[in-house]
Amino acid sequence: MTANLPTYNFAYLDEETKRMIRRAVLKAVAIPGYQVPFASREMPMPYGWGTGGVQVTASIIGPDDVLKVIDQGSDDTTNAVSIRAFFANVANVAVTTKTGEATVIQTRHRIPETPLREGQTLVYQVPIPEPLRFLEPRETETRIMHALEEYGLMHVKLYEDIARNGHIATTYAYPVKVEGRYVMDPSPIPKFDNPKMDDCPALQLFGAGREQRIYAIPPHTRIESLDFEDHPFRVQEFDRPCGLCGATGVYLDEIVTDDRGGRLYACSDTDYCEERRMAGHVGPAL
Amino acid sequence: MTIDQPLLIAEGVTKHYGARTGCEDVSFELYPGEILAVVGESGSGKTTLLNGLSCRLPLTGGQVSYRMRDGTLRDLASLTEAERRFLMRTDWGFVHQNPADGLRMRVSAGANIGERMMAVGVRHYGRIRETADDWLTRVEINAGRIDENPASFSGGMRQRLQIARNLVSHPRLVFMDEPTGGLDVSVQARLLDLLRALVGEMGLSAILVTHDLAVARLLSHRMMVMKDGRVVETGLTDRVLDDPRHPYTQLLVASILEV
Repeated sequence: MTANLPTYNFAYLDEETKRMIRRAVLKAVAIPGYQVPFASREMPMPYGWGTGGVQVTASIIGPDDVLKVIDQGSDDTTNAVSIRAFFANVANVAVTTKTGEATVIQTRHRIPETPLREGQTLVYQVPIPEPLRFLEPRETETRIMHALEEYGLMHVKLYEDIARNGHIATTYAYPVKVEGRYVMDPSPIPKFDNPKMDDCPALQLFGAGREQRIYAIPPHTRIESLDFEDHPFRVQEFDRPCGLCGATGVYLDEIVTDDRGGRLYACSDTDYCEERRMAGHVGPAL
Repeated sequence: MTIDQPLLIAEGVTKHYGARTGCEDVSFELYPGEILAVVGESGSGKTTLLNGLSCRLPLTGGQVSYRMRDGTLRDLASLTEAERRFLMRTDWGFVHQNPADGLRMRVSAGANIGERMMAVGVRHYGRIRETADDWLTRVEINAGRIDENPASFSGGMRQRLQIARNLVSHPRLVFMDEPTGGLDVSVQARLLDLLRALVGEMGLSAILVTHDLAVARLLSHRMMVMKDGRVVETGLTDRVLDDPRHPYTQLLVASILEV
């Protein structure tokens, strides 16, 4: 009985679709930062939940891979749990929450705190791949601007930030220049994570399902965050350590703990935090 | 480059819209520092000609050559897209009749002026801002409004901002399409004064499209009169206006209201 039921192909997508996506991925790797159009498929989840990332992951994952999925740094939120369960189901791959053990990491809005290594692939879910979109609504025009390296407009946006706020107030999806050529939207990761993209030994792939674009940063690529000479790029700084594991120099989430103004600041990367606590580190909140 | 070499040469410039004629066989030379007015009634092909000359519209026939900053004369049609776009945002300016077409309405006045600087690689916020400040003063906009969006500006202020945004890169040639259209007369007069001062001070060349003969008289050295897409008369502005030869020009001049 069970044998007669229709089954999914390995990793949900059919082989022809995977080939098409792999071709787009190869092209993206060959031209770092360039947005390659691809024929995005309907996935069994709504747009905005990571359909682009899921398609890229489905196309590159093999039976021997170990998959980790994070959502805002966390392994245990709905989006992360669902996508991890999805691949455990349709690809029967090993899954993990440990950054060090994973070979493929699909992420929404964070780069893990544990430094990535060679052989790992980080797959980003991207809502809006075009960094120039909010300044220039015409796709025909933005393509020409990329082709001719006309990126002055990107600085107009940063100029506006400084004029209005006194400093560059863009804190996430902070535009970067890839290997001195293409300006790229690193997806809505906090700018805190931007320096981690530079010279990263892991392969970084970006998939935008609704917008039908794939782009990539090959290992050891130069990534510069755009800035002004007199207003250089700076990452967020936190004036306290993680309340749970005591880590400093990591990205912290603010967690409301009661209705009397209680706050807990803890690592947004749950795996990093747990591993530190296992190793005996204790934060001030415990 | 010497003053007696033309900056721009138009030869037989023609633009057809299907079976209709936009402009037909227009030829002239524009010299450095010279303001050429193109006048004629609505539909006479003035704006088509301007767009054709400034690479904003592909020509049906004819050729436009431009003397680049290095002194070489180049056929504009032979420029690569990158060269053409670079020319348009550095060496040229384009002042639209409706300032909203030439401004970024959603970013501040300062960013509007600074855009060309950032486009050529200026990466110093303080310097960009200083220049923006300076240009606002030059076009008589209160420098205190540097961080306001042009949407909050009056029509006359928007037009002056558009001019500042174009002139910040020190262009050598400015195309103007009815720059005073839609402004009331006192605002027009101020804008004309300002334009005249800036053009003289910076030694600009300009091609100015207008249906207003008074504007042509005030700003231009030479003028071309167009009718049905063709140039019917050309000459020094004062000569054409004081002693019009073509019947159509005579009609135009005679139509000016006297108060």
